[in-house]
Formats: sequence, C-alpha cells, structure tokens
Amino acid sequence: MAFLPYVGRTLKNLFSKPATESFPAGERIYPDRYRGHIENDIDKCILCGSCQRNCPSSAIKVNKADFSWEIHPFSCVQCSKCVEVCPVKCLSMVNSFTEPGAEKTSIVNRFSQERIEKEKEKQRLMAEKIAAAKKAAAEKAAAAKAPAQTPAGT
Amino acid sequence: MAVNNNAKKISVVPFGPQHPVLPEPIHLDLVLKDEKVVYALPSIGFVHRGLEKLVEKRDYEQFVLIAERTCGICSFGHGMGYVEAIEKIMNLDIPPRAKFLRTMWAELARMHNHLMWLGLQADAFGFESLFMECWRLREKVLDMLELTTGGRVIFSVNKVGGLRKDVTPEMLEQILKTLDGLEKECRVVTDTFLGDPDVLSRMKGVGVLTPGRAEELGCCGPFLRASGVKRDCRQLGYEAYGELKFEPIVSYDGDCYARCLVRIEELYQSMDLVRQCIAKMPGGDIAVKVTGNPNGEYMVRIEQPRGEALYYVKANGTRYLTRYRNRTPTYANIPGLIETIKGAELADVAMMILTIDPCISCTER
Repeated sequence: MAFLPYVGRTLKNLFSKPATESFPAGERIYPDRYRGHIENDIDKCILCGSCQRNCPSSAIKVNKADFSWEIHPFSCVQCSKCVEVCPVKCLSMVNSFTEPGAEKTSIVNRFSQERIEKEKEKQRLMAEKIAAAKKAAAEKAAAAKAPAQTPAGT
Repeated sequence: MAVNNNAKKISVVPFGPQHPVLPEPIHLDLVLKDEKVVYALPSIGFVHRGLEKLVEKRDYEQFVLIAERTCGICSFGHGMGYVEAIEKIMNLDIPPRAKFLRTMWAELARMHNHLMWLGLQADAFGFESLFMECWRLREKVLDMLELTTGGRVIFSVNKVGGLRKDVTPEMLEQILKTLDGLEKECRVVTDTFLGDPDVLSRMKGVGVLTPGRAEELGCCGPFLRASGVKRDCRQLGYEAYGELKFEPIVSYDGDCYARCLVRIEELYQSMDLVRQCIAKMPGGDIAVKVTGNPNGEYMVRIEQPRGEALYYVKANGTRYLTRYRNRTPTYANIPGLIETIKGAELADVAMMILTIDPCISCTER
C-alpha cells in the first residue's frame, strides 16, 4: 500500500492552486542575482573595448569611430564576464529577461550628440597636440642636424 | 500455400533520434526477432558542436564559461572539472570556502539531475502525474540554485582560482529551510517509485547487467553502482568531499529498479551532503589571485550526477590551451546499455535507455 500517500498527494493537487506562476497575469519576482540581460549606461562608457575582448560568445562590438557600443542579445549567454571586467562599471546585469525580437538584430547604444561633439573636439585638440608635438620634435631634430650639416656644406 | 505464422521474423526498427522518451537525439538500430531485441547498433553525432576545438580560440579564463555550457544539466561539474585541471597545472591553492561552496553546488546539481531523471523515467513508463510531481520538486532545487548563483541550470560561478560569487548566510539558511520541506515531499514520490505495484512491474528484473559485465564494459556512475560495484569518484576527496562523511550507494540487482533505487538514495545522500557542507562552511576568501598562464598537462576525474567524467587539459604557457578533452559518463555507459537491451522486449527499450540517464549533448560535445 506504498502508493496510498501518493494518491492523497494527487487528490491534494486536484484542489490546490497550480504549482506554476500565473504569468503574465502575476508578476514574476526575480532573485537579485538573476542573470537576465546586459545593459550599458552609455553616459559612463568610455568605449575601452574590454568587454568585447573578454566576451566568450563575441556578442559585444565596440565601435570607437562611430561612438557606439552594441550587443547582440541572441548571441549573449548572460555569463556576466563583461560586467566583471568593465573598468568604469557602466555595464550591469539586469534581473529581468531579454526582450524578444522579431528580427535577430543588435541593440546599439550610441553616445549623445552633445557628447559626440565633445569627444570630437577632444579628439581634434588631441590631434592638434600630437601634430604640434610632432612638428616640434621634427624642428628639434632638424635644428640638431643643422649645425652638423653647415660645416660640411661650406 | 500454407503460411507458417509461428515463424520468427527478423526486422530492424529504427529508434530515435527523435523519440518521445528521448530528451536528446541518439539513434539505435534495433534488430528484432518478433518483439525481442537481438542486437542494437547505436549511432551518435547529431548534436556535435566542436566545443573541444574551441579551446584554441578562446583564452583559458573564457573557456570556463564555454566548458560549463557543454550540457544544461551537468553544467556545474563540467566547469568545476575544467577549472580544477587548470588550477592543478598552475599550482593554485583554492580557499576552503570556495571548495565547500563548489561541493554544495555540485550536490544541488546532482539533486536536480536525479529529480529530473525520476520524472523522465515515470514519463517513460507512462505515469504522467508522477512525472509532473518530480519536476515540481525539481523546481524547488532550481529555485535554490537561482537564488545563490543567478542561473537555473547554467551557474557561471566558477573561475580559475576560485569562485565569482559568494553566498550570504541568509541564502544558506534559506537552502536548509527548503531542504527540510523538500525531503518530506520527496519521500511521498520516491516511496511510489519503490513500492507501487505498477511501477515495480515495469522495472523489476528488466535490463539486468551483472557486476562482471558492467566492469568489463567500463560503465560508471549510478548505472555501475546499481550492478553492485562500489565505485564513486567523490571518494577521491576532490574539492571538499574529503572532509564530508558519505558512503557510495550500491545496489546488487543490476536491473532498472536497482538503478532507480540508487538514484533515489543518492538524492537523499546529496541532501545530507549539502547539510554537511553548510554546517562546516568555513569563512574567508572565495578566490585567489591568478597570475601568468598555465603550462603543462593534467587530468581530473570527478563524479558527475551521471557518473565519472574525465577532463584532460594541455597548456603551452600562452593564454590559449593546446588541448581540452572531456570524456563524459554517457559515452562510457553506451556499451553497457547495448548489453542490457539485448534480449529485452521492444516496449522496455525506451525505459532501459533512460536508465543510463543519457546525456547526448555532453557525449558529443
């Protein structure tokens, strides 16, 4: 008669509420550590590319020329390796599921227009600085060579 | 012309790769004499993904995440076996807390595997409500894993040198509380497996494998222990198993019932081991700093829920490994399965395939 307790259990199941959650009518409460999907706070991101280099499934692409960071949610395996290696902690693992999509496209996060202009200005100033430093170095080298060449030419 | 209806006919019945009882694709050509199987020819290779080759293209730290994605059920063991091999090559001394936590997660993974198997087995012999009940209980184990690691079946907590996540005392308390309730509920289900006359009629004396043949064919795990061979890799004392008290579960009948019994006893043993781990849980760090790259080779043996798994790693001093080899328990158990199928009734074949707990995605990697 070992099965009698099981019969009781089955009868109990008949009259008790379902073991499954009534989704989407009820809210799904995710544990804090739940690995749902990756989100990038693009305002903090410095486009260093560390996440791209460490991603085991090559889901992340960092495009410095375009000031954009993109993730392919269908390739991402939610391992949270990128979150660990991010130097400015702009990446975070959000504890809710990845939104479904009709097409297998990437999610692209781009710098704001204001920040792009700022970055471009920064890059221009940097390029000018580099060019000036190069010019100065070239002039210095020419000046160092000149006294040596003068006696030879005369 | 008179037709002899008693003449024995030989026919070949293809079994799988798509079959209602098979969670994963494996194909068997069953040679039948009327309803009796006289020979079975297995063929695998439907879900090969070339994961071992990928080790050349991902660095040794990234590969932890790929190694554990070999399979959805034995995932924690695969990650653990791989990192253990790398840690041995690099001579890393892992903090005791990391060892205990690894052991605890490995045992929780064993619990969810065995509950899943019990459900599949019930489904194979047509006991639908028992199947649902087992999977309802398994969900509680998955909730514990989700709470502590953030993933239901892929935990991603291992890294070379230790762990990526620590567990809070509240979480451990929650696990203990859940385990107490779970044990009581499991008893009702497992008593049905072991005592219900319908269940017994399907499993008793079916698919007998003798201890001698089981050893000769190189079987492992609960499949081997159900044939009376007392061999459990956890006794090697890897991770924290050396500090825990347990004895391998053995049954001597060698039939489907014995395999079911061994797994049920292991389910309770795992609960006990989790409790022991929590009681002895040391404090301190969960990881050590890793510098440099591995150089050398090492082979690790661990006891997965389905049996003994081997992990061989060969490193060359760079970030990319030369070779990673993984021999999984199902691969070792297929010859034993073929042996048990011979002489069985066709209707029992599905259930007998399940009694080795086949994991084809592990086998083919």
